[in-house]
Amino acid sequence: MKNTPMIDRYRWWEMVFIYLGIAVFLTFILSPFVEGFLVSLKPLSQLFSSPYRFFPENASFEAYRTMWISVPGFARYIFNSFFISIVVTVIVLCLVVPASYAFAKFEFPGMGILLGAFLTVNMFSGAVLLIPLFRLMRSMGVLNTYFAMIVPGVAFLIPSAIWLLRTYMIRIPQELNEAAYADGASHFYTLRRVILPIAMPGIIVVAITTFIGAYAQQFIFALTFNSKSEYMPLPVGLFAYFGKQEVIWNELMAASFVGIAPAMVIIFFLQRYLVGGLTAGAVKQ
Amino acid sequence: MGVQRSNIIFAWILLLPAVLYVAVIVAYPLVETFILSFTDASLRKVTNWVGWINYEKIFNATFAEVIIRTFIWTFFSVALKMIIGTFGAAMLNTAVPGRSLFRLLTMPPWVVPMAIGIFMWGWMYNGQFGMISGMLQRLGLVDGPVAFLAYGGTAFWATIITDVWIGVPLVTIYFLAAIQSIPKDLYEAAWTDGAGRFYRFRRITLPLMVPSIITMSMLSLIATFNSFDIIWILTQGGPSGQTTTMIIDTYQTAIGSKKYGEGAARAVLICIFLSAFCFAYFRVTRRLNPEKRA
Repeated sequence: MKNTPMIDRYRWWEMVFIYLGIAVFLTFILSPFVEGFLVSLKPLSQLFSSPYRFFPENASFEAYRTMWISVPGFARYIFNSFFISIVVTVIVLCLVVPASYAFAKFEFPGMGILLGAFLTVNMFSGAVLLIPLFRLMRSMGVLNTYFAMIVPGVAFLIPSAIWLLRTYMIRIPQELNEAAYADGASHFYTLRRVILPIAMPGIIVVAITTFIGAYAQQFIFALTFNSKSEYMPLPVGLFAYFGKQEVIWNELMAASFVGIAPAMVIIFFLQRYLVGGLTAGAVKQ
Repeated sequence: MGVQRSNIIFAWILLLPAVLYVAVIVAYPLVETFILSFTDASLRKVTNWVGWINYEKIFNATFAEVIIRTFIWTFFSVALKMIIGTFGAAMLNTAVPGRSLFRLLTMPPWVVPMAIGIFMWGWMYNGQFGMISGMLQRLGLVDGPVAFLAYGGTAFWATIITDVWIGVPLVTIYFLAAIQSIPKDLYEAAWTDGAGRFYRFRRITLPLMVPSIITMSMLSLIATFNSFDIIWILTQGGPSGQTTTMIIDTYQTAIGSKKYGEGAARAVLICIFLSAFCFAYFRVTRRLNPEKRA
């Protein structure tokens, strides 16, 4: 407390008010996770009994074992989610890195309109375009394959990736390009050897946000364009726990936690990049 | 001139892959939606032009209801996201011990696959065994179990709350960045003049946050208008259509009943609304930062 500036010192009742406020806020954010975790520890019979009990009796991790047995394909769903997200991220990066470099470093006629057009794409969700996309996927012969989820997934992640990376690349000093040209470097050489190494942290941020976007938002395309269970990603695969009679809630929750663990690990280690990267594109420079 | 021209050509080479990709996967389907909306396309092999019939069909009483419901749903969802986001950002901006942990704990709803968060809410809303109903009974606020998703009124609000929950983290983090970009000396000057903490928040933070709040609510408006997963997983638009928004209705018509033509007409209507929002967004952001290039 000694080095805290005077302006940041709180009286006791201010502290109480702030912690109370944070507690209320985080309760809203986290209660589904807490409840979901407790559900995963309860035996099914206890879940379906009244009156409601918040804390489990005889808590056990049994559901984390049985979930693999009742839905044998679950490991496959996690793999599919990862596979789809990684391929999507790689394709997005290949398309977006050159494009955002062009937007950041070159002036050309129609640039403003094109950038606006990319932003507009961001605003049309896949849901509006499902019918023609369905027909397009059918005529390309990729319905019920990984590509049915990868191809549209990429398109809707491109705009925000361009926007983010462009703001990052604008900050790279123009003198670097000019120095490279003066030394006789070609455009491609400059991009590959001068710009890319400097832009790496920005590219990593874009890769992370794209991966999370792909991992989190695979639902509608997977629901509509794929009906083969061997290609299902996690969000759709979880419906396997919805039995004919009842939902196996404890296993569904256990499976959800197993499924989100990788994403949680990622944000835990990369949170600094994430918060910075998220807001860099949003707050005006 | 030679350098200028080679620059332009190089820029276009760099842009071409991304532009082509988006043109094929987004722009072309957009055009096709428009064309399909004038046909009776379905699973049948033959497709006929039907003129405006699909548009006439959608302007019946129930669809007017769907439009109004969509706007009410979107309005409350966006408003709540802004209020809770502002509150959260103000709280997380305080210099109290543990704040970096609290900031980290704000993120999960955003990074977790949406479907998983929605399943969790689905269980919490469960009338007989769910947490909310159970807690309310414990506290004596309700007499018996409340099956939130079984009644139109509660299902409507339940889907809004879940949508707010998914949207709040991003809004909060964005607002937090906006608050932190406010120059510190403003606060120090006010503080020296004896302004209290709450007074400083109301007179400095809030007014300077207005541009961010406007920008974010426009972006959030567009995202919320497009919201599909939450309602689809929780209620599929039910009970008896009480949570059917325009997106859900379009999905049911196009993919559920395979009436591609009618579905396309509904999608075109959504596009018209979205274009209006986009236009408003561009106008507003341009007014907020006039010196900006793009």
